[in-house]
Amino acid sequence: MKDIKHVNNPYNDDKVIDACSIFGAMDASGKRFSGDGVIRAIVNMHDRGNGLGGGFAIYGLYPDYADLYALHVMYLSPEGKQETEALLKANFNIIEKEEVPTRQTPMIANPPLVWRYFLEVDHRKPEQESEDDYVVDRVMTINTGLRDSFVFSSGKDMAVFKGVGYPEEIADYFCLEQYEGYLWTAHGRFPTNTPGWWGGAHPFCILDWTVVHNGEISSYGINQRYLGQFGYHCTMQTDTEVVAYAVDLLMRKHNLPIEIVAKILAPPFWSDIERMSPEEQKLMLTLRQVYASLLLNGPFTVIIAHHGEMIGLTDRIRLRPLTVGEKGSMLYLSSEESAIRLICPELDKTWIPVGGEPVVGTLRAPTQPQPVAAGEKV
Amino acid sequence: MGRWRNSTAKIDAAGIYYRELNAKLRGVVSNGTKKIELHNIHGQRYIGTDLDKPVELEIFGTPGNDLGAFMNGPRIIVHGNAQDGCGNTMDSGEIIIHGHAGDIVGLSARGGKIFVRDDVGYRAGIHMKEYQDKKPVLVIGGTAQDFLGEYMAGGILILLGLNLAEGEHHKSRFIGTGMHGGVIYLRGNVENYQLGKEVGVTDLDEEERHILKQYVDEFAEHFNYQPDEILDQEFLELYPRWLRPYGRLYAY
Repeated sequence: MKDIKHVNNPYNDDKVIDACSIFGAMDASGKRFSGDGVIRAIVNMHDRGNGLGGGFAIYGLYPDYADLYALHVMYLSPEGKQETEALLKANFNIIEKEEVPTRQTPMIANPPLVWRYFLEVDHRKPEQESEDDYVVDRVMTINTGLRDSFVFSSGKDMAVFKGVGYPEEIADYFCLEQYEGYLWTAHGRFPTNTPGWWGGAHPFCILDWTVVHNGEISSYGINQRYLGQFGYHCTMQTDTEVVAYAVDLLMRKHNLPIEIVAKILAPPFWSDIERMSPEEQKLMLTLRQVYASLLLNGPFTVIIAHHGEMIGLTDRIRLRPLTVGEKGSMLYLSSEESAIRLICPELDKTWIPVGGEPVVGTLRAPTQPQPVAAGEKV
Repeated sequence: MGRWRNSTAKIDAAGIYYRELNAKLRGVVSNGTKKIELHNIHGQRYIGTDLDKPVELEIFGTPGNDLGAFMNGPRIIVHGNAQDGCGNTMDSGEIIIHGHAGDIVGLSARGGKIFVRDDVGYRAGIHMKEYQDKKPVLVIGGTAQDFLGEYMAGGILILLGLNLAEGEHHKSRFIGTGMHGGVIYLRGNVENYQLGKEVGVTDLDEEERHILKQYVDEFAEHFNYQPDEILDQEFLELYPRWLRPYGRLYAY
């Protein structure tokens, strides 16, 4: 039997947690834009991180491969690459693969080898399993079972780029100036309870769900045990990982809207529930019973993204900051308003959301991924 | 150096790191400059922290966290919004914000005055304190998010609710939780459940009305309001019911 507890990274301790500057920008019109502004914004909050983790998620990134799963994998050894590629070959139709372009920079030390694969799910998938579930299972198999390999991005038409360094150094290292997307999130890390390592940088990703986080999730233990029952196994040594899996479970698999998901992750206090109408009370009590193990305890602000949507959410008593800015079709979420104003001085509206209440940006006309015929190279 | 006296210095802060900026401010203030305009401020922290002279700083942009922290004397005017920790442990001076302020505005302030035109975030006035003639004052024109005046130990906190619609309640919950000193004057409606267990509610007496008027007048002057219109509406006084609410919790 596969040892699902096997964690094959060199920082093998059981502790969890934390991060510090977060930023998100989305053009609700679906127009793709370069990351220049987002990078300037996250650099403006440089002091919130300490150089032990930086990363970005970009949506609308690979329009030419929009219908293919884009797996991005970190390898700590050539053997890891061999094993993982054998597994990918045995399970998917690999349409394209390449090393993720990087440039040598003095500040990035000991980077892992990073490759990306554009994959098509074919007849080898069991009939009763959805394509998404099939991919999640394979990601979990690689991350828990294979040596020296970490899938850190697995959605379509999007990717995560992350590593140990300040966000601007990671942007430089992964040559992000060449990319465009309609939604970007960014993170500068200040790890407090776990070592800064490449897999532990944010965003965390499963399929096209990504999460950047500022705070500490002290319920990590119970959250990850609960998610384990649904086939999600935490291997990245950072608490934020549970949020990515939780939203995949709640929003994709259980098909819940974000307004309900917010009440699960950051439920109203019992004293608030007491004052609700009987109908609302019933709903809140049901959620607290069914999903008690997905309550996120501890201080957090997260930016959750997937195709077509960017969501900002804080804990119930807002122990970590979040500011919202709007300008035309642009929505900005940030730890600090100054970072938004730096790249968009004249905002239509700026406000500070209430704890536990999600701020949601939705694509006005969802972009349809262009289907790619099986085996066809674009 | 006499020619600098009473002149206005202008600083373009675009791209200047906060340490460099604050060093520059120290230099300018030591020249005897009485007024400084700061342009293109984008998140520089601790502005005004170590200027212990009665200088006026006018900020255009978005100052960073801990604006005026430990400040002793200056007057800061912000044309924009303030981020978190504005007036942290401030000792004396004034901060006037033409916009809103983030979380924990005025935390642990021990003197000075802060005027915020619009709303404030969580935990405004947390653990403000006072001693003899040192008494911090925080006046908020809009409304507040939760934990207003949490663990308040002294000073005066005034919440005006000027942007509330007719009949609309403040939404802040846990107001004055752990409060054990100072006073909150609150204009607008709150329900009992919004107040912390340590808070009592009463009406203002003549002397308190006089104090209130003084600060509302100042607020109105800063932001161009009619003070009488503000003072016309009823105010509640929130006071700490005990000076040592947790005395028995820890002493056994």
